[in-house]
Amino acid sequence: MDYNFQFSELWPYTNLIVDGLLWTIALTLITTILGCLLGTLGAAARAGRNKLLKHLVGAYVELIRNTPFIVQLFFIFFGLPSIGIKLTAWEAGLLAMVINLGAYSTEIIRAGIEATPKGQLEAARTLGLSRVQTFIRVVLPPALQTIYPALTSQCIIVMLGSAVLSQISVQELTFAANFIQSRNFLSFEVYLVVALLYLALAVLMRQLFKVVHYYAFPNLRARK
Amino acid sequence: MSAFTDWDILRNLLLAARWTVALSLIAFAGGALVGLLLTFMQISGRVVLVQMTRLYVELFQGTPLLMQLFLVFFGISLFGIDVSPWTAAALALTLFSSAYLTEIWRGCIESIPKGQWEASRCLGLNYVEVMYHIILPQALRIAIAPTVGFSVQIVKGTALASIIGFVELTKAGTMLNNATFEPFKVFGFVALIYFLLCYPLSVASRMLERKLHASG
Repeated sequence: MDYNFQFSELWPYTNLIVDGLLWTIALTLITTILGCLLGTLGAAARAGRNKLLKHLVGAYVELIRNTPFIVQLFFIFFGLPSIGIKLTAWEAGLLAMVINLGAYSTEIIRAGIEATPKGQLEAARTLGLSRVQTFIRVVLPPALQTIYPALTSQCIIVMLGSAVLSQISVQELTFAANFIQSRNFLSFEVYLVVALLYLALAVLMRQLFKVVHYYAFPNLRARK
Repeated sequence: MSAFTDWDILRNLLLAARWTVALSLIAFAGGALVGLLLTFMQISGRVVLVQMTRLYVELFQGTPLLMQLFLVFFGISLFGIDVSPWTAAALALTLFSSAYLTEIWRGCIESIPKGQWEASRCLGLNYVEVMYHIILPQALRIAIAPTVGFSVQIVKGTALASIIGFVELTKAGTMLNNATFEPFKVFGFVALIYFLLCYPLSVASRMLERKLHASG
């Protein structure tokens, strides 16, 4: 292989890469918060009494989990305008990410909820807690603790999936990479650097989730 | 303008879906082969092999599949080899799925209680015999459901091959959309076909999990 790697040629583009990185982080942050919120609501609906809502959420989860993210993105960005819903690339990208994470986290949190021992529900009823109170105070906290590792992994997967947003011209990290390689043709160098940045981001996210876990579930600290 | 009827759209998408299926099968078979090798490296207990495999898994699970596709696509051409999108996609997806399958299978093998290893060794079975007669038959049973479940991720992963120009279902969708200007319908159909490919696998995975866990 007679090829000289020219990583130093990337220095002039540092700004672009940093901008892209920041946008990827911002997108991930908003998606993580909204997606997990949506997932909690979805899981609540799945565990609730309303039959119609239950099946609707079930259909939503199956539909999202069994189609590729890029197709969901294209459908939202290209398809929805034809029925009058016009979104900018940012909005479409963010919406697709939130909807995607929402479906997966619904399924993950639901699994945690189902693991609640029946005695706890009965005890909560006996103490006179309403269904909503029971859900928020009795069922949800231990459920979230149980499924926390799975939720962490899913949020990281969604962060990695955000690379696809470059295809609808959202200017995140991969978009920056595509732009740079179209200028200097150093595709391998650019993509390698950016891939390593994603890797660093994934490692960082995992640590960050651990920190959040430490403060969110103080009851688990003593046990370690 | 509307030279394309709904049937034309659907027919062309279905024709392209064959490539999605073919790519998925190749990625799964290749991923299973490489994954099996890596699994054995990981449970060998040799520190170097274990660390290498762990790094491999970390690299592929910590970077976007899209980056892996780009790196394989542009990386191979650095060697002066002209690589087609088809080869690049098959190779990248093979590496991607092998990393995940290794992780799944390692978990399955490690979930077999240690006492069984010790008991088998006490009975005088050697490593290969323990593996072949005791551990693998049980691990295989546990591994089936998550493996089928992961195949859904592979099918969905093939959609990204469209970005490096491989004409499968998603790429066909974009091309048809450019020709018909009916994105709602076209991408609706595309999503539907993916769903029809993936949903049975999801259901099968769930059924297998219930069945194999209830009696096992």
